Amino acid sequence: MKKIVITLIPLAIFVGLLTLLFLNMGYHNETVPSPLIGKPVPAFELPQLYEKGTLTEQDFLGEPWLLNVWGSWCPNCLYEHPVVTDLAQSGQLKVVGLNWKDEFENADAWLKRLGNPYDTILVDYKGNVAIDFGVYGAPESFLIDANGIIVHKIVGELTPDNVQNEILPKLAQLK
Amino acid sequence: MLPGIGQFLLVLSLLLAAALTVLPMLGYARNSQTLMQTARPLAHVLFITVMASFVVLVVLFVQQDFSVLYVAENSSLELPLRYRITAAWGAHEGSILMWVTVQALWISAVAKFSQSLSLSQISRVLSVLGLIALGFVAFVLFASNPFETIFPVPADGRDLNPLLQDFGMIMHPPLLYFGYVGLSVAFALSVAALIGGEINEQWIRWSRRWTNIAWAFLTMGIILGSWWAYYELGWGGWWFWDPVENASFLPWLAGTALIHVQAVSERKNAFRGWTVLLAIIAFSLCILGTFLVRSGSITSVHSFAADPFRGIFILVLLAIYSGGALTLYAFRANQLRSRDTINLNSRETLLLANSLIFITATFTVLLGTLFPMIFEAVGKKISVGAPYFGLMFFVLMIPMAVILPLGSQLRWHRDDMLAAVKQLLPYFIASTLLTVVVWLIFKPLNIRAIAGIYGGFWVLTATLGQWFKRPGRATAGFIGMSVAHVGVAVFLIAMSMTEHKDIEQDILMSPGITKQVGGYDFTFTGVDRVKQENYQAQQGHVEVRRDGRLITTLNPQKRFYPKQQMPMTEAAIYVGWSKDIYVSLGEAVNQEGAWAVRIYIKPMIRWMWFGGILMLTGAIIGLFSARIKRQEDKQRDHVMAQQLKLS
Amino acid sequence: MRLFFIIISLITSGHVNAIEVYDFKNEQQRELYQELTEELRCLVCQNQNLADSDADLAKDLKDQVAEFVINGQDKDTILAYMVQRYGDFVTYNPPLNPSTFFLWFSPFMVLLLGAVILIYNIRKKQK
Repeated sequence: MKKIVITLIPLAIFVGLLTLLFLNMGYHNETVPSPLIGKPVPAFELPQLYEKGTLTEQDFLGEPWLLNVWGSWCPNCLYEHPVVTDLAQSGQLKVVGLNWKDEFENADAWLKRLGNPYDTILVDYKGNVAIDFGVYGAPESFLIDANGIIVHKIVGELTPDNVQNEILPKLAQLK
Repeated sequence: MLPGIGQFLLVLSLLLAAALTVLPMLGYARNSQTLMQTARPLAHVLFITVMASFVVLVVLFVQQDFSVLYVAENSSLELPLRYRITAAWGAHEGSILMWVTVQALWISAVAKFSQSLSLSQISRVLSVLGLIALGFVAFVLFASNPFETIFPVPADGRDLNPLLQDFGMIMHPPLLYFGYVGLSVAFALSVAALIGGEINEQWIRWSRRWTNIAWAFLTMGIILGSWWAYYELGWGGWWFWDPVENASFLPWLAGTALIHVQAVSERKNAFRGWTVLLAIIAFSLCILGTFLVRSGSITSVHSFAADPFRGIFILVLLAIYSGGALTLYAFRANQLRSRDTINLNSRETLLLANSLIFITATFTVLLGTLFPMIFEAVGKKISVGAPYFGLMFFVLMIPMAVILPLGSQLRWHRDDMLAAVKQLLPYFIASTLLTVVVWLIFKPLNIRAIAGIYGGFWVLTATLGQWFKRPGRATAGFIGMSVAHVGVAVFLIAMSMTEHKDIEQDILMSPGITKQVGGYDFTFTGVDRVKQENYQAQQGHVEVRRDGRLITTLNPQKRFYPKQQMPMTEAAIYVGWSKDIYVSLGEAVNQEGAWAVRIYIKPMIRWMWFGGILMLTGAIIGLFSARIKRQEDKQRDHVMAQQLKLS
Repeated sequence: MRLFFIIISLITSGHVNAIEVYDFKNEQQRELYQELTEELRCLVCQNQNLADSDADLAKDLKDQVAEFVINGQDKDTILAYMVQRYGDFVTYNPPLNPSTFFLWFSPFMVLLLGAVILIYNIRKKQK
């Protein structure tokens, strides 16, 4: 009997391995979780797309806000544009754009064509601040509370689904 | 018409594989000679039908039949004939069909070259191999059918991926398949032995040859893959520890352990269970590797287009084959009780220690490859790459190199450990001196480079010394072992030099400018345009001089394949005895014709692959062992005599 | 996720060298830069390090790394900077902490355990 237990070990390891491989097929995705959740917004000082003067993270303290990273070159920003617009128009929170790795003419034309949902648009054409936020593609969205703490991050486009099930519940908790 | 024939041949193969699985095993269970005798003919016919379907696919490519989806996706009117032929196994569907073809070829070869096995043995082995073929033929038919047609028929195809329009990439997959499939023979033997609850010397001896051949193919496949990545991907590296590379390395590591243990268990009735288990592990890792490469469940630079259904299919095959074999092992392994004793002070012990080190290395590579999956299961992400594998291998290969000469010094059965160590003393001194000399010439060298070089000289001097001090004539087994071990030494030294003494420079070059890198003068004379059958290229010209003397002119290219809208970098490499000079072209930086250029100087990189070639040569020489041959002849006569008696 | 990633996969877009030229102050800086870009992962690629990648983000990160190197920052500081922003995923060298003990130490446990079993088995048979 004891001998069978020993020879069963390889099978047991194999079954574990198989289970891992099988489960992984279900949960595997390419999203990299952000280490910044629960941490303060990285310090920045950025110019704005349409207004003069720069803004820092301090200027956003006092109410929750959503930082939406986008670029006119990004196809999925197009998909999420109506969702961003709806969210901004609902007035539930302030939506701030971060125009990333873009050019003024293109960004301006894009907004003129589709409408500008943003309360404020920050500009990061060199990409330094985006690196500080750990941005690795567009679109990405950060939900930030009144004290400037990053509460949640959505990698990829905002959808009615993740707004309803992730952004709004988290926002409700903040209030 | 033709696609239909290919399809029909596959269906026929499926039925034949099913028959090969069922009939001989049924014959074994019922002790029916007639049923068992169907095994060999079925194996040969299976090979004919599978091979024919593969030929049909090649013909479809040659004829540019774009009504076949697979052809339309991987060929085009401009594609040269040679690549049209090789495109047959360039992408997923065709490469799996090639796997099946190679599998059928081996099954047929096993049926032919197995005269020393009794009918009851060979019928079980062929039945297990038939089951493996059955699974993979089903995989081709139901999950990756290359004969699928499309309508309307496109006027032109999408062209073959430019990366695959290359000799290295054409040869790499078939060689790996020969290796993978070759390991299935040892696997089938293990399962057959577990079913019967018995295993004996000549059975192991017989399977050892197949393992050696498989291992040699696997080694060649890995060398070619590494070489291809080196010259084609333009990154100057030769191994990245990418999951797909690891997928081919895992069976190699387990196979290395298996080869060494088989040397013990073919002589002694000991550690038979371990031999059987290693054979099961080695082949299971081949299937696991296929899963990793083709399921898309792991992020790799080389992965085929991901398809969850294919992933599940291979996972099911893995569950059936390996799960089945390991279940058999759990309940039957104890029947393979070992009777012989092994002395602690003998070559056997050292060979077993070797298998332990290599199976630990296998475990490490598997762990590192799958560990990100474990992290993902709890919602976290981690990367495990070269720094981890490099360090672990460095630590694990130290004991391997240290005990290797001791293993070949000790005699079989029983020896005096202390005397053996004393006899190794001169090699220890010689290798120490050589390492110091190398250090004086090439310093600074870091600790890993020194250790690698030291280990290499230790193995080299001991192997050569033992060669000259051998008593009597060298047997094929001894020659094979010595050659393979010299290969290990060459690999260790060359790898240490390549990894730690290479030079890499990214520089900006304007036409007419000369820059010095690693003692060579590089003069950039500009870029012009060239046009080939199916691509256009910008071609740079770099003259390489040493002390004013022109050594070579290198012409790196930046290619553009219009069909696939795909840019490619083609490095230019000067191959020297002691080093490679490697130049690749980046971007044009300004209007004045300045380009970003990367220059590598890679000392001894060719020697590294040459070391690998020596290893596989050793494995092949080992096949011609007279001792094994003599005993096999005896066994064949014995089997024939018995058959005569029966009839 | 659809087209979200700027996927630089071999299958879809070929393999192009990304060669960036920076003015390092000395050889040590150049080597440090090479070491770092080989160890850091290109997040949007299919398993490539920064050195080999020609993705836009990889270029930004290389610029950042080069800037730090030229300003005289050491390896640990630069790695910590990246890990703070992108997590452990960004480095091919997994950190040593309780969650990775198994990764780093289990191979040696396997080797040790195997050696004990091997010697025990041989000894047992000798008797």
